[in-house]
Amino acid sequence: MEATTESRRPGQRTMRRLEPAAIAGVMSREVANFRTYWRGTTFSSVLEPLVYLLAFGLGLSATLVDEVNGVPYIQFVGTGMVATAVIFSSALPSMFGTFVKHRFQNTYEAILAAPVDVEELVSAEMLWIAIRSAVYGCVPLIVTFFWGLDPEPGMLLVPVFAFVTALGFSGFGVAMAATVAKIDQFNYVTALFVTPLFLVAGTFFPIDGLPEGVQVVAQFNPLHQLVELVRGGAFGYEWVDLLRFAFLVCFAAITWRVAIHQMRKRLID
Amino acid sequence: MAAIELRDVVKTFGPITAVDGLDLEVPEGICLGLLGPNGAGKSTTMRLLTGQALADSGELRVLGYELPAQSKPARAEMGVVPQLDNLDVDVTVEDNLAVYARLYRVKDVGAAVDRCLDLARLRNRRRDAVDRLSGGMRRRLLLARGLVHEPRLILLDEPTVGLDPQIRTELWTLIGTLKARGTTILMSTHYIEEAERLADEVAVMHRGKIISRGRPNDLIAEHAGRQTAEVYAPPQRLTELRAEAEAAGLRVRPAGPAIAIVGSERATDGAIPDEAVVRAATLEDVFVLLTGEEAE
Repeated sequence: MEATTESRRPGQRTMRRLEPAAIAGVMSREVANFRTYWRGTTFSSVLEPLVYLLAFGLGLSATLVDEVNGVPYIQFVGTGMVATAVIFSSALPSMFGTFVKHRFQNTYEAILAAPVDVEELVSAEMLWIAIRSAVYGCVPLIVTFFWGLDPEPGMLLVPVFAFVTALGFSGFGVAMAATVAKIDQFNYVTALFVTPLFLVAGTFFPIDGLPEGVQVVAQFNPLHQLVELVRGGAFGYEWVDLLRFAFLVCFAAITWRVAIHQMRKRLID
Repeated sequence: MAAIELRDVVKTFGPITAVDGLDLEVPEGICLGLLGPNGAGKSTTMRLLTGQALADSGELRVLGYELPAQSKPARAEMGVVPQLDNLDVDVTVEDNLAVYARLYRVKDVGAAVDRCLDLARLRNRRRDAVDRLSGGMRRRLLLARGLVHEPRLILLDEPTVGLDPQIRTELWTLIGTLKARGTTILMSTHYIEEAERLADEVAVMHRGKIISRGRPNDLIAEHAGRQTAEVYAPPQRLTELRAEAEAAGLRVRPAGPAIAIVGSERATDGAIPDEAVVRAATLEDVFVLLTGEEAE
């Protein structure tokens, strides 16, 4: 940690980077605001994956697909929908939330006037969204219990997997918000990144049926790794899951640094 | 030790030089009004002081901390009241204050919130969402939020811009309270009356530099003399009168539908027309004379 101690005089205070108090302060602002809109956010964050779960899981299992790799299709989709819930509740809120707070509400100008730096601000924003997403991400899994999925001890790690993945996608969202010039440019981000990642994650169909090139590309999709980890929790882990988790940690670390870099460029003249 | 020391500070944005070799020293315990037209570099100077803009060159020191390296501890000891209302409008008054008390590492958050509620006279509205407050209440809350950690230095960036006269007067009273407590204040404004009423000293900023500085009365005496004669007449007549006054060595500035002949006590017989209204010279006379007639 780098301390700001240059030419310090008696009585002057020192402050370090990434102070928990600064991060907690920024998060307390998020919590205060969340208390005013949690119903709507929770409703959409829970309902949206459930609609997909019911539409695909029940709809396709009743007509086209009975099971996948020996797993009933609704359970296959239900475990995969954790990833859908995570990306919808992390990438999108972080993109739009960051953009609105910066460009329309001037919130960051006020926060950065306090003893908070960009690194702490971005870290707090990412942490808060990741915590929320970890909770929302578990909802499809819990709902799938009602369709015969047995609770397993390995599932206790699902919130951790969801949290780390959401951390990565919230960093991605913050970085995008700091990069685009206008809010409507999020349409490009959604069409080019969010939707393809969501569709080629192995949520609705196993990716091993796809062309080999697509399978290779899918290995770099964090959502695919999350889907596999959640299914590991439900149906049994493999050693390769350690690599999957390491990949998600790297994804989060990279987007964290990129988000800080982009936000610093945007916020500090 | 001065609360703020800027030496030869330069800040450019591409081809635009917003701050151009700025030297500024603000002693502790005074209220300095930074007066200048739009685009003079006042807001950039404020952003430099809060670490939200980085100088291209020059030295900056705030409360003894060198910027930008020690910006964070410097910000812990200063308060900022921004030009734009950036309160969290859906959140209650007390939560708005509590969040910033935490950001400023205040130990007793509850006590700090209560103190600010009293200062802003909002104790009975503490559980209301901000969007239910009047414009004046919101401004008082914004000011109180900047004081939640009892800073040694406060930066007021155009604190009353766009407000109606009643709210402006309310805020002036609050700022007067801070002055009486000995808090150092740097207040950027383009309202002359605000600077005249509140500032112990005024620094006139133009094109990124301080072009004059002193107590308001001293600046008036130095640049505008004792009296100003305002003449109201048709445009053609004003043009003639202006030419005559300038030929007599007097300084003239436009004043809406009139011209103001500054330093009219120095006029020789006949230079001031009989229909002129003579008044005491003001800081506005100084401001326009120093910064020019045209808005940039």
